[in-house]
Amino acid sequence: MARNVTFHDKLREQGIFKHRLVVAFLGVLALVGVLLLRMYHLQIVQYSTYETISDRNRIQIEPIAPTRGLILDRNGTILADNNPTFSVSIIKELVPNLSQTIADIRELIPLNDNDVQRFEKRLQQRRRPLTPIALRLNLTEEEIAILSVRAYDLPGVIIEANLVRHYPQPELLSHTIGYVGRINEAELKQVDANNYGATEYIGKTGIEKFYEDRLHGTVGFQKVETDARGRTTRVLEKIDPTGGENLHLFLDLPTQQAALKAMNGRRGAVVAIEPDTGGVLAFLSTPGFNSNLFVTGIDHKSYNDLQNDRWRPLFNRALQGQYPPGSTVKPMVGLAGLDGGFIDWNYSIWDPGWYKINGDGRFFRDWKKWGHGFVTLDTAIVQSCDTYFYELAHRMGVDRLHDFLSPFGFGHRTGIDMAGEVSGVLPSTEWKRRTRKERWYPGESLNFGIGQGYMLSTPLQLAVATAIIANHGTIIEPRMVEKISTKDTGIRPLEHAPLQHIKLRDPEQWRRMIASMRNVVMTKKGTAYGAVGRRLTEYDMAGKTGTAQVVNIKQGETYQASKLKEWHRDHAWFMGFAPTDHPRIAVAVLVENGGHGGTDAGPVAKQVIDAWFESDARSRSVTPEEQDASPATEALSTSQRMHTPPTGTEVAIH
Amino acid sequence: MNRSDYLRQLPPNELAARRNSFLQTIHIDGFLLMMLLILMGGGLIVLYSASSASIDTVIRQALRMGLGLLVMCVAAQIPATTYRRWSLPLYGFGVLLLIATLIFGSHAKGAQRWLDIPGLGRFQPSEIMKLLVPLSVAAIFATRSLPPRWSSLLMSTGIILVPTLLIAKQPDLGTALLIASSGFITMFLAGLDWRILVTLAGSSVPAGWLLWELLHDYQRQRILTFLNPESDPWGTGWNIMQSKTAIGSGGFDGKGWLNGTQSHLDFLPESSTDFIIAALAEEFGFTGVCLLLLVYLIILIRGGYIALQAGNNGDRLIAGTLTLTFFVYIFVNIGMVSGILPVVGVPLPMVSYGGTSVVTLLASFGILMSIHTHRQLLN
Repeated sequence: MARNVTFHDKLREQGIFKHRLVVAFLGVLALVGVLLLRMYHLQIVQYSTYETISDRNRIQIEPIAPTRGLILDRNGTILADNNPTFSVSIIKELVPNLSQTIADIRELIPLNDNDVQRFEKRLQQRRRPLTPIALRLNLTEEEIAILSVRAYDLPGVIIEANLVRHYPQPELLSHTIGYVGRINEAELKQVDANNYGATEYIGKTGIEKFYEDRLHGTVGFQKVETDARGRTTRVLEKIDPTGGENLHLFLDLPTQQAALKAMNGRRGAVVAIEPDTGGVLAFLSTPGFNSNLFVTGIDHKSYNDLQNDRWRPLFNRALQGQYPPGSTVKPMVGLAGLDGGFIDWNYSIWDPGWYKINGDGRFFRDWKKWGHGFVTLDTAIVQSCDTYFYELAHRMGVDRLHDFLSPFGFGHRTGIDMAGEVSGVLPSTEWKRRTRKERWYPGESLNFGIGQGYMLSTPLQLAVATAIIANHGTIIEPRMVEKISTKDTGIRPLEHAPLQHIKLRDPEQWRRMIASMRNVVMTKKGTAYGAVGRRLTEYDMAGKTGTAQVVNIKQGETYQASKLKEWHRDHAWFMGFAPTDHPRIAVAVLVENGGHGGTDAGPVAKQVIDAWFESDARSRSVTPEEQDASPATEALSTSQRMHTPPTGTEVAIH
Repeated sequence: MNRSDYLRQLPPNELAARRNSFLQTIHIDGFLLMMLLILMGGGLIVLYSASSASIDTVIRQALRMGLGLLVMCVAAQIPATTYRRWSLPLYGFGVLLLIATLIFGSHAKGAQRWLDIPGLGRFQPSEIMKLLVPLSVAAIFATRSLPPRWSSLLMSTGIILVPTLLIAKQPDLGTALLIASSGFITMFLAGLDWRILVTLAGSSVPAGWLLWELLHDYQRQRILTFLNPESDPWGTGWNIMQSKTAIGSGGFDGKGWLNGTQSHLDFLPESSTDFIIAALAEEFGFTGVCLLLLVYLIILIRGGYIALQAGNNGDRLIAGTLTLTFFVYIFVNIGMVSGILPVVGVPLPMVSYGGTSVVTLLASFGILMSIHTHRQLLN
């Protein structure tokens, strides 16, 4: 009986399924019918309409690239602008035989393998139909003429006018402004591909990269009707692109130039900051390079030469170079001792020329072999006595030092508006456990106290710390860009984060420490007197010298014996600000393998400060009316003019 | 009765099956295989043209098809009972992968659909759910009598809804709807009460409104664009207008192979992937489209025949669902390219360039073949 029921159910179930499947297949047939009807409608009924659209008039949507914003210094001098250049481009779809055409062009104008390779690479990338692809850029007038004459038998070859980024001061500002370069596939994925539909360049480093969003602008579109040969017959609709925003830097070009001149071919970095605002007045890393080379695509040989150059011109020392800060940390270590109650200004120690931890056999030597004798904090700063700070650091321990130094900007990014900043190292017991899986040894605190050992600082970080001391503890965030402007909105300042302060138990200590730092420069016993202070007549300066030991050569690098000596030489540091009572500029200077901080780095700082005071006075003496006619407005009108020519203006020839 | 009399009494199909005894022993359905090969061969010919005569593309796709055929052969060896036994555990694993995708998945174009497996590369867990959801629903019904009771209906609804919502959250609305529909097809074939179907249809209006509220902006934009392509001539609307132009300008007999202007001048977006039917329609015209639909229809009918021949509920449901889901992909893709459905990013089965879809589809045909070749002749 039970078996019978199952059998019955099975039949019934099969019946249900068969029924449902038939219904479903009727549905399938109906839907196939719908598709066929739709196709019939499109292909048979509306055939002539679509045939017309497809064959005679091809309506295309072409993106129009926006004009990249300019970069100007604080006086309105243009540091990065857009130059019209002419290039010969190929519309692949209109060329009967691509390799033959390229060969023909090669007979007319110089064309190297790089150009062709770059062209072929671009050809592989996704693009809109009938987009011209540049084959060679920067045509001379003669080349334009030659190509125009032969235009009749070169279909699909056009000459385009494009705006190309140009840096009037490439070597001076290569590490400051950075550069743009041809946009690559990976970068296209990072940005809104629609907005970059016509854009050829993107910021690769520095300010150009950091402010890419603002500099780029918004793409425009035009809907055009083209004939079967791809020629535009009519523009149906147009949405103009919106140019990028112009960036007005804090940077003062004369000060920057003075820094380069003062470095006099040596390797290193100079960063000058306005303590009130955090605005960066000068930002230099030497050696620099010609950033214009990178814009249209640097060739392999030049790039390899730069890459393999032993002095590493591509390396941004000011932003990414990490060096032991040496004795320049002493004023801050001293403040830490004062604030923590470990010392006061009367506290003194006997310096025999070395310091020894109980039970540890190691001698920690002072730079002065026979010692400084009795030393107070003031003497220790002015003469840069190591023993004093060995003793202080030993008593304070690493973590107190770490916590006090951290707000000065060490061990973390300062937050400057440039791409690629590194954080340096501010050691602590926790840091050592995390990175080295080792406990902290007391001897290491001693090295920390004089800015050696694990601690590493970038020149930018030291400049920020200098500005914070000059500010009596007001923490600044270094800024490159002061204001932005567009054609429509005019100049408006950029928002900045509110300032914070380092609070000392006794704020008077700031003044007293600055007085000691003034003594470093302005009194005969100071380490910077001979090279800097003796020559100062118009203002006074506070500062601190430093020497960073180059402990070892990096692994895997071999140097010729004659050069070895130079690489072993110490890095020279100087940090300083002026005038001491109301500082208007704070500077940090690093000279790689420079030798001595006072004599080698100090004069650079002095020349930079001189240049800034001179330049500042000059721009202050200009009346407001005159300022209106200054290059700032001129530059703006240039940028407006630049908005007008659409990119891809076809000059010739079909 | 001698042996030849016995043969004479068998229906012609059975006769063919007997002759193909080699294919029979390796559990391959010769007829289905032949139709699939015709479809894939034609697909490669269209792809060659749609990819601007890129032989590399064709070779890459052919290799993927080869891989897919291998997967199909393997899938055909496994008896259908094994699929039923493993579908629910695998389904659970698939749901875990979907959750992992939402948490750890990598972002691409504003959605989180891919899961990176160190050493294995990345894949889309939603793709395997396309197979696992119908298999699981069928497995639920297989052990119960039909038409389904409320308990099994509730259970299968849950099985459908969990992955659907997880995938919709990625967000990948197109795949979510496809998976939901494949599960629904199984329920329909199992004999879902007509009254419930009518109620569902009635409640679709408020449900649609609710869904609209839950949609992401870009998804709403797509639907609005679909309703009025002119409203967004720069973006998605442009794609549809271009694909309609390509199809329409093909006319009755097409512009000829390699002569399509729309696809070759790059007017047609995604001409070798989702929009490949437009390239076909442009070059081979209405005749080409009819031929393609005919091949598809033959495959569907063979699938339906296999479903009817199957010996038990589970096999029937799986075979029926896989066949009808195959049609859903065809309909959604052609519908979207020709502008009667919104653009949801579904490839044209066996023809569009891309590996995942081909391999999954061939795997499902492998399961169909397994159902057909493993059944007991008498039940």
